Amino acid sequence: MATAAKIGIGSAINRVDGVEKVTGTARYAAEHPVENLLYGYIVEAAIAKGRIVSIDEEAARAVPGVIEVITHLNRPHVAWTDHSYQDELKIPGSPFRPLYDDRIQFSQQPIALVMAETFEAARYAASVVEVAYAAEAHNTDFEVAVGDKYVPKKKRSGYTAPKNRGDAAQAFADAPLKAAGDYRLAPEHHNPMEMFGSTVEWHGDGSITVWDKTQGSQGVHAYLASVFGFSKKKVRVLNPYVGGAFGSGLRPQHQVFLAVLAAKKLERSVRVTMIRNQMFSHAYRPQAIQSIALGAETTGKLTAIRNAATTSTSRYEDNMENVVTWGLMNYDCPNADAEYTVAQVDTATSADMRAPGAATGMTLFEMAIDEMAYEAKVDPLEFRLVNYSPIDAMNGTPYTSKALREAFREGAEAFGWSERSAEPRSMRDGKELVGWGCATGMWDAQFSKTSASAKLTANGHLEVACATSDIGTGSYTVMTLVAAETLGLPPEQITAKLGDSDLPTAPVEGGSWGAASTGAAVQLACQAVGKKLLKAAGEIAGAPLGDAKMDDVLFEDGCIVLKDTPTVRVPFGDAMHAADLTEIEEEETAAPGFGDMWKGLHKSKNTHSAIFAEVKVDEELGVVRVTRIVDAVAAGRIINPKTARSQILGGVVMGVGMALHEETFPDHRLGRWMNHNFGEYHVPVHADIHDIQVIFVDEPDPEVTPLGVKGLGEIGIVGTAAAIANAIFHATGKRVRSLPITIDKILD
Amino acid sequence: MPTAVNSATYAAVPIGTVPTTLTINGETRTRAIEPWTTLLDLLREGEDLIGTKKGCDHGQCGACTVLVDGRRINSCLKLAVTLDGAEITTIEGLGQPGDLHPLQSAFCDHDAFQCGYCTPGQICSAQGLINEGKAKTREEVRELMSGNLCRCGAYSNIIDAVLDVIGEQA
Repeated sequence: MATAAKIGIGSAINRVDGVEKVTGTARYAAEHPVENLLYGYIVEAAIAKGRIVSIDEEAARAVPGVIEVITHLNRPHVAWTDHSYQDELKIPGSPFRPLYDDRIQFSQQPIALVMAETFEAARYAASVVEVAYAAEAHNTDFEVAVGDKYVPKKKRSGYTAPKNRGDAAQAFADAPLKAAGDYRLAPEHHNPMEMFGSTVEWHGDGSITVWDKTQGSQGVHAYLASVFGFSKKKVRVLNPYVGGAFGSGLRPQHQVFLAVLAAKKLERSVRVTMIRNQMFSHAYRPQAIQSIALGAETTGKLTAIRNAATTSTSRYEDNMENVVTWGLMNYDCPNADAEYTVAQVDTATSADMRAPGAATGMTLFEMAIDEMAYEAKVDPLEFRLVNYSPIDAMNGTPYTSKALREAFREGAEAFGWSERSAEPRSMRDGKELVGWGCATGMWDAQFSKTSASAKLTANGHLEVACATSDIGTGSYTVMTLVAAETLGLPPEQITAKLGDSDLPTAPVEGGSWGAASTGAAVQLACQAVGKKLLKAAGEIAGAPLGDAKMDDVLFEDGCIVLKDTPTVRVPFGDAMHAADLTEIEEEETAAPGFGDMWKGLHKSKNTHSAIFAEVKVDEELGVVRVTRIVDAVAAGRIINPKTARSQILGGVVMGVGMALHEETFPDHRLGRWMNHNFGEYHVPVHADIHDIQVIFVDEPDPEVTPLGVKGLGEIGIVGTAAAIANAIFHATGKRVRSLPITIDKILD
Repeated sequence: MPTAVNSATYAAVPIGTVPTTLTINGETRTRAIEPWTTLLDLLREGEDLIGTKKGCDHGQCGACTVLVDGRRINSCLKLAVTLDGAEITTIEGLGQPGDLHPLQSAFCDHDAFQCGYCTPGQICSAQGLINEGKAKTREEVRELMSGNLCRCGAYSNIIDAVLDVIGEQA
């Protein structure tokens, strides 16, 4: 009955928050109207390391409209232990404390905050703050720092140490065919379009409301309470709309600290926003060097994998990523070893950026795999199938599902891979060389403990709520669709609420666990409402549903329906009326292990993808155009094909940036990022993006997460740059082992 | 709609303001504006028209695109006092919830955004492009929309949406 029209999981509906976004009525962190607002502008350190000797604020204070200049010398009391500053990510080390003392740990470190009646007055006054420094020797050159690389004693949570197998050194020495090289990835900055900003409303009763650009309202809430000594009830953090983040908003960033600090000192409502060049003052994807050595038989069968990587971190924290494990997991090869180390530079701590670790380590590994395939004279796609591992080859465990073979088949067919001529420089289109490359992508299918509530009112309206975030990922829409599926209501009768620390508990949104975890929590909460409804229906005179249990009914078009006798239908309102209920509200928590997840307890859980890229390279100018991408993704169940496709498109576009454009250059003399603006830090623009086709491969997987969802936020970027790099080799015959592959490297 | 709570603050600053008359989304208003205030900051902080976004403040990202006398400009690069007598259209003036502009509908239908932050600028820029009348093909639209960055990577969906509307009007 009416199931054809039913909207639920799998329906390609428009984003439910779309109208707010296209009409400019969605308010982001720095856009919430508050009375008597003061504006803050951040003054940044001009040196990379040393001490502040003096700060001359006189000229700044003389600017009309300036209220205060806050520095380490006149700030209010803040917490002093490292523990108090630990955020949800718990990076080992001593977290950065803004305006704590005279110490400078990185260039662009915030050292003062100018507060004024207008943004312009604060900005101008900040420019006339004079700071004297005692500089110390610094190093921002990662290539120098790797000389002192090390394995951190305390590991970051979520870090997986690689497991060696066989004797990779001997097998590599004995291998008839070898490919080995050092591969590099430049530092990248997230650069979400919305700049970090916070609006703090000072209520005057010791409580504050904070609108913050963050991927986790409750993470910021806990941080502010801990650092400033607020009672948890006195702080509320909201992030209903977030203008992108890509990992840069996982940790509380310094503008929220500064905004609350200023509010506390001045007992006023304040707004602090970064400007674009200040967006380079904190999180960035670590720079990486990965030494990969592969050995194979003449048939193309891998015999040895050696995979060692170093990534950059700061002097004060050990940021670790899972860089070297992916290749060991993905390929069938009897001998493999790997090593992961970090090296310190005098920058802010590097950070998670879209698919942290995998976007680096799997991408660079897939560039090496292409070289090995060419050494073996085996088609790069065929090479991956020859060495295909149906199980997790590093841990020796089965996957809950791995439809990578199907992804390769469907992707290759859509791309037309069989038409490829193997020889480099063998395909042309006019004066452009044409190249086709492929690569594998891989990410974790994660699940994180999450709570949600569902409230049904007698008029048939359902509200589902969870403190998760929607950073453009589609969480509002996912929550709506899962609720529609579970209780059989149309999306128009459902409101999804998120981005508020007062709502049921959720972790930061990241790691691609959002849809699986929030979705499961919403489903549980809606099921609990369903149970209450069924119980309420028992109060109806004549008991039309008899003694039906939950398994005997379904929820459809706002009615409880007997499965066996679909003509027996009880509208929700009738049931609630009979039980004298005006609303039913339930809260539930989805924790790892429930449902069929226990069956997957000792299995590996991953998403996979097969990426095919076509490039056209101007032989004289070295200009590369990525004219075609096909990304076939195996990521379990897809909740909304429309928004899911967009997430993959977005990952692929960022992968194009990684392949061709994105690189932040330090000036090592100053210890400072030079190209800290959109004019010189290049991201893909409209003209760079041509045809991208996304395929979702059928991959039912009830064991991975309760809804069979694996998550999509990261997988689109992993391996994409490798497919492009491999296509550039195929087009030009030139191997470039460092990303991004800019024109100079092609013409060199 | 929330009220423009910051106008009073801006008007109260005593120094060197210039009376400027602007027609914003059909409504004419005269404001005392400091000569260094950009159109972008005036719209966002002074008029509470927060649909116009600040993405770089340097004319490098296009998030602040608005229409001035029908032409698209980066409002971060325009001092408000230089626009005396001008007609300004922001995203709020193109359409509202319940009464969407064709571009706004097309952006929804094509999922031409994710985080939504660059979206008002993309839409205003697309309207400016349509007003210019020179973009017809996918290639041309791509080229002439390249001043509007989208970090979520919704580019191909944005072009689909814009082409839909251009097609309807052709």
